[in-house]
Amino acid sequence: MSDESNAGEKGDLLVDMKGLKIEGRREDTWSEIVHGVDVYLRRGEVLGLIGESGAGKSTIGLAAMGFARDGCRLSAGTLMFDGIEMRSASAATKRKLLGSRIAYVAQSAAAAFNPAHKLIDQYTEAPVQHGVLSRSQAESDAKDLFGRLRLPDPENIGYRYPHQVSGGQLQRAMTAMAMSCRPDLIVFDEPTTALDVTTQIEVLAAIRDIVEQFNTAAIYITHDLAVVAQMADRIMVLRYGNLVEEGDTREMLADPQQEYTRDLLSVRSFRKAVPTDTPPEVPLLEIKNVDASYTSGAKVLDGVNLIIPHKRTVAVVGESGSGKSTTARVITGLLPPSRGEVLYNGTPLPPDYRQRSKDLLRRWQMIYQMADTALNPKARIREVIGRPLTFYLGMRGKQKEDRIKDLLNMIELDPDDYIDRLPTELSGGQKQRICIARALAAEPDLIICDEVTSALDQLVAEEILKLLQRLQDEFNLSYMFITHDLATVRAIADEVVVMLRGKVVEQGEKNSIFKPPHHEYTDLLLSSVPEMDPDWLSNLLEYRATHGGMKTSDN
Amino acid sequence: MSDFSRVMVRELKNSPMTAKFGMIVILVYVVVSFFAPIIAPFSETEIVGAEYEPWGGAFLLGTDNLGRDMLSRLIYGARNTVGIAFVTTMLAFAIGVVTGLLAAALGGWLDQLLSRIVDVLMAIPSLIFSLLILTVVGTSVINLILVIAILDSTRVFRLARAVAVNIVVMDFVEVARLRGEGLWWIITKEVLPNAMPPLVAEFGLRFCFVFLFISALSFLGLGLQPPTADWGSMVRDNATLITFSDITPLLPAGAIALLTVAVNFVVDWFLQKTSGLKE
Repeated sequence: MSDESNAGEKGDLLVDMKGLKIEGRREDTWSEIVHGVDVYLRRGEVLGLIGESGAGKSTIGLAAMGFARDGCRLSAGTLMFDGIEMRSASAATKRKLLGSRIAYVAQSAAAAFNPAHKLIDQYTEAPVQHGVLSRSQAESDAKDLFGRLRLPDPENIGYRYPHQVSGGQLQRAMTAMAMSCRPDLIVFDEPTTALDVTTQIEVLAAIRDIVEQFNTAAIYITHDLAVVAQMADRIMVLRYGNLVEEGDTREMLADPQQEYTRDLLSVRSFRKAVPTDTPPEVPLLEIKNVDASYTSGAKVLDGVNLIIPHKRTVAVVGESGSGKSTTARVITGLLPPSRGEVLYNGTPLPPDYRQRSKDLLRRWQMIYQMADTALNPKARIREVIGRPLTFYLGMRGKQKEDRIKDLLNMIELDPDDYIDRLPTELSGGQKQRICIARALAAEPDLIICDEVTSALDQLVAEEILKLLQRLQDEFNLSYMFITHDLATVRAIADEVVVMLRGKVVEQGEKNSIFKPPHHEYTDLLLSSVPEMDPDWLSNLLEYRATHGGMKTSDN
Repeated sequence: MSDFSRVMVRELKNSPMTAKFGMIVILVYVVVSFFAPIIAPFSETEIVGAEYEPWGGAFLLGTDNLGRDMLSRLIYGARNTVGIAFVTTMLAFAIGVVTGLLAAALGGWLDQLLSRIVDVLMAIPSLIFSLLILTVVGTSVINLILVIAILDSTRVFRLARAVAVNIVVMDFVEVARLRGEGLWWIITKEVLPNAMPPLVAEFGLRFCFVFLFISALSFLGLGLQPPTADWGSMVRDNATLITFSDITPLLPAGAIALLTVAVNFVVDWFLQKTSGLKE
């Protein structure tokens, strides 16, 4: 099979959408969510669509495939794909195109694969169905592509089930699958958002290579400008279903024309001031030599030592599976350690939360990554914030009501408007704010933040970080900040703990951690954070190829 | 409250035809069973005419095998059968939901114990099992309700537990546990409200099953005892008429079928309105 199976020259117009309008249904009324956007794409070109959630970027990406999600409809505009009008095309025509000439890579590969079938069976499905390849051809092609995407053991990895490979590998397998019919167009919908930075690099590099090799046109949807800078030739910035700015990647990064684009470029610019006072000798919380494991399995934590001083922010970084969240579970008492102890102000804590007094439980509160699942969908904001007030502080009636309103003011939500809402009536950032208010209501000493910003858009995340920072100063709080995002660490941390495979590999003040010499793994983490420079990925890969260096656990 | 009723009115107006039909039928059944003594032309047990009189005249739907008025017995039957089915279903849900949520929230040996007991009960075909027990303890209304409620609560237990185990692992329940909340709070405030939609839907279905089950038992002679009017036994008593191509014995069966369909229409609509946790 040749690499150039597509008819048409590089540079020919492939997708041409004009005046695209898309409507979404809420209850029984249709409202416009994309207000007339023009999108074009040439063969071999990579177009980046960027914007916050709700900007309409995924919707537009799917529209390029002639597809509208449930509850959406393409209401106006022309939608040409290689001379075929997709909006009026019959289902049969679309079925012929989708999968063979147009492919889609979803954000969550784990959810997009059928867990009951082996990777290779799912890979061969599309080409065999479309009659492009025979089953055995498709299989050997799969192995070739797995190799090109730098999956380990390309000969055999296809015979595994989706749950037997890691998230990053699955995302690459999915890209291979999208490539199986050598499509003209691939739509990538946030393919690396759910991955660790170290894994993200591998996937980005693999996607970029393969798109170049096969001269495929691609639409790359993301909310991360630094990522899109590596991938796209041209970028479209979207907001509220409108085009904000469009331009060549390098030009746009060098000289953004619109205020909003400049905002996107400058996120995470805020830095916490270095504290001047010295904290008391005895730290607020100390973890000594802790081992922990889930039901008789292997050790998840291995001899972890960690100190959280008063009024400081300790960031715990590491990729998924490194034991960051498990450390938090040991502190909260959800997972009693098998060895070692947790000291609070110098006194050992009962290992199980059920043995801790109400007053002890009050002193640390959790904020979770998914604010969606951290709020009871059937409880109104009044109850969510009011419960800790009653439970811990015995507040009732007017006093409680006033305090709830105070707290809502503190998290910058209008009390009269929000107090009687349900969580489903809030945006993601607002939900996270409510979680913060709930934690504050208990008047804790320490708030454990488990990836609190990773599910949020960059601008919203920045606001949440600023809010947390302000509250720290007002309430003398300590934070334990679990994250895999080093930009967040740079912004908010005083001290950094780097974890790898259940061990602490490096620990110290933020500035000393970010300055070389690093531990090998810290170096890998630091260098994997995408930068706005469009040459960053190429340079990094080149550097790593020549200097060797540590491999991620993903390979 | 007025806000709530306004929403209710709007929802009812927008409900599909099937749901409206279902609700009207259920309403008619409820009214009939409440006002049975007023509506029915004759008493439930009184012999008012000859056996198997044809339709028309004083007896709108004829008389049964003992000469009792068919229409009156149908009306009283609604009261007996529907009333007992309702009480039984409520009891089954009270038992099943409480134990199911407890098993999910506590886990461990309690969960094992309850689940295994339920497995054992479910392993025996329920009709045979209840026939056996009713033969042993005797067929009174109380016994009937208790036996069916306990047998049916096993199904409710399975559902409640299955729904609740998915809820108790969610972060907001963890938050409540870490806050130090007691078991009662967690079950009633955190888990139960989120488990309601599938449970209410199951209530509708379960109600129909219980209903059919009582009729089946009555048909077999172990349900409601004569002379109490019951749709199941009415089918049996008048079954011979079928051979004379008279459809009278099918009337109680039709009454059962109609209510079953109506309840399911309403349940379908409710399921559609409140599907899942998120929305």
